[in-house]
Amino acid sequence: MRRGITATALVATLALAATACGGDDESGGSKSSGELSGTVTWWDTSNVGSEDKVFKKIAEGFEKKHPKVDVKYVNVPFGEAQNKFKNAAQAGSGAPDVIRSEVAWTPEFADLGYLAPLDGTTALKDEGDFLKQAAASTQYKGKTYAVPQVIDSMGIFYNKKMFKDAGVEPPAKIADLKSIAQKIKDKTGKTGLYLRGDDSYYFLSFLYGEGGDLVDAEKKTVTVDNAQGVKAFGVVKDLVDSGAARTDATDGWENMMQSFKNGDVAMMINGPWAVADTLTGKEFTDKANLGISTVPAGSAAQGAPQGGHNLGVYAGSENLDASYAFVEYMTSVESQAQAAGELNLLPTRTSAYSKKEAADSEIVQFFKPVVETAVERPWIPETGSLFAPLNVEYTKVLTGQTTPEKAAKATGDSYRKLLKGWK
Amino acid sequence: MAVHTSQSVAKAAGDDVARGRSRGTGNPPPPSRFRRALSVHWYAWTMVAPVVLVIGVIIGYPLVRGIWLSLTDANERNVARSIGVNEMPATYEFVGLDNYADALTGTQFLGTLGWTLVWTVSCVTITFCLGMALANILNRRIAGRSAYRMALILPWAIPGFVSVFAWRFLYNENNGLLNKILGGAGIDGIPWLNDPTWAKFSVIAVNVWLGVPFMMVALLGGLQSIPAEQYEAAEMDGATAWQRFRHVTLPGLRPVSTTVVLLSTIWTFNMFPVIFLLTRGGPGEATQILVTQAYKFSFEISPRDFAQSSTWGVLILVLLMLFAMVYRRVLRTQGDNW
Repeated sequence: MRRGITATALVATLALAATACGGDDESGGSKSSGELSGTVTWWDTSNVGSEDKVFKKIAEGFEKKHPKVDVKYVNVPFGEAQNKFKNAAQAGSGAPDVIRSEVAWTPEFADLGYLAPLDGTTALKDEGDFLKQAAASTQYKGKTYAVPQVIDSMGIFYNKKMFKDAGVEPPAKIADLKSIAQKIKDKTGKTGLYLRGDDSYYFLSFLYGEGGDLVDAEKKTVTVDNAQGVKAFGVVKDLVDSGAARTDATDGWENMMQSFKNGDVAMMINGPWAVADTLTGKEFTDKANLGISTVPAGSAAQGAPQGGHNLGVYAGSENLDASYAFVEYMTSVESQAQAAGELNLLPTRTSAYSKKEAADSEIVQFFKPVVETAVERPWIPETGSLFAPLNVEYTKVLTGQTTPEKAAKATGDSYRKLLKGWK
Repeated sequence: MAVHTSQSVAKAAGDDVARGRSRGTGNPPPPSRFRRALSVHWYAWTMVAPVVLVIGVIIGYPLVRGIWLSLTDANERNVARSIGVNEMPATYEFVGLDNYADALTGTQFLGTLGWTLVWTVSCVTITFCLGMALANILNRRIAGRSAYRMALILPWAIPGFVSVFAWRFLYNENNGLLNKILGGAGIDGIPWLNDPTWAKFSVIAVNVWLGVPFMMVALLGGLQSIPAEQYEAAEMDGATAWQRFRHVTLPGLRPVSTTVVLLSTIWTFNMFPVIFLLTRGGPGEATQILVTQAYKFSFEISPRDFAQSSTWGVLILVLLMLFAMVYRRVLRTQGDNW
């Protein structure tokens, strides 16, 4: 009897090992025949319900070009993707072949060794065609670790009908924002602006507006806690305290989109990624009701952060060749033009802008100059780490738990801990 | 199984001593305790070996590794990684007790500990009182008793994360049901999760809601095991309802209530899902308890700080062990034997 158990266990172990090997063989595509095969898993982070359908369609178009390749489209919520990818990549199992990596994550993933260098592979084609700002975040220590897919910046989205009812024009300055919000409140009873209180990315345009920045990478200096930084914290606090803006400490994205789509607020600060979702709202069944303008200027300057997404290939992918080809396909002029036409997302290739789809999109045309003048962040591995400490202090300021001075100081202190040796 | 084995060890040892004495001196020295235990109980040892092994692997190894990491400066960037062609060896170093010194002298750990204690004490107290009240109500013959019991067990029957998400929707400041109801009554909406003080109140309320069924069921079981004669005798002696509760019910419940309070304290102290899913420790860090903060170090900030996270983990373990020890000792001095 006992021998029976041992034998069974042995057989089971062998069977497991055999299936595991079998799995490897299946997913590891070979190019020996010159034809790509196997599975490519792609983690997309686009918004569910609007953008994801289009990206799924584009991604599956790859199967038509390479019938033996099976593209597995997986949508991972943007807010979770960074951590989820890190967990899977470090564990060495469950990571996708291709990840849609936000620009600030890319140098960090590259630094951790999670991404495969792409120089000299089929993933990179026509590199000169990429916008310079878009390509900057894909470089780390002289190598290319990702290919830019979309580029973006931020603007102020407004409800044209509500603005007309209140008799106001989009604000050019943050100072105007308050008086406009007051007029909207008086005329329509609604709140002027929705300001995301749980994500400090939405704070950056106010920081740039006061002439501040998070860090100065060239001088290796932390700048978030200087006078301009303190002032910027004061500006957002005043917007919320005065009732010009509404905010939440949790579920910011859902609350923002819902309030704007239902006409509970007249303005929000957002980027091209929110356009497709916004247009599904009841206030925007007539697309022309959505107005977009540049973010209001602060007392010193006007600026919005430059963002976007890249496609990176996981270094541990078992199907590198097909993954490289997939990345090339997804960042090609045709795919980018399709995304621009259907989702109003901004291409990263210069030549895609001359395509009809991009040229016809008012939103793409509006954001193109905005992106060109947007504030570029330093593409150091820590850029993606700067938001966690800032989020805490930013929310604390908006909920009245700390003063702008203390918040700026606390953020600066944690940055200096993070960036060893910086001033 | 374990009890049986230990008894037979004692018996076997006793037998041997008795036999040795009766035979007088001159015999070879008896085999060592360990060898004797092994030869008598080899079968038992073989049977428990797999369990010991599995527990060693799934509990012992992570524990030892956690303690080791807390003595180093390990983070995401310097641990060993092997990703495809990229092979990166571990480069973290032993730093002794530095992490513990940092945690215990800094304000963050102590501040978080303060709120964790407030959270634990208030949750356990409120849950216990409510559970006791409900158990006493349901211990009588009232109409529709089983329906009430079912309804009160409901929070327990729903998976925790589902009910926490439901609460999150209810609490939503502008679209949530609670504020809609308040608005209907002409009261201004309450920033349930957006104001630090209200957020603290909200997380405690949800945890109480989740914890009451357990308390109620456990105490109800305790109540039903108190002999009815004691109540009858008390009534004969002219004890009031309060006196019966104070001098019959409470002492009768002691074995149950001490256990549930201990369990509930440990569970609440480490109640990760409620805080994490409801507020993520926010707004700011107002509702962050020790476990959620340790999780944040290890999984949310980047680079992930494994060393600090393990340090907090070990400190949580030590705190709970101290609590359990003190609690037991106090109970023992009061005459409970466990």
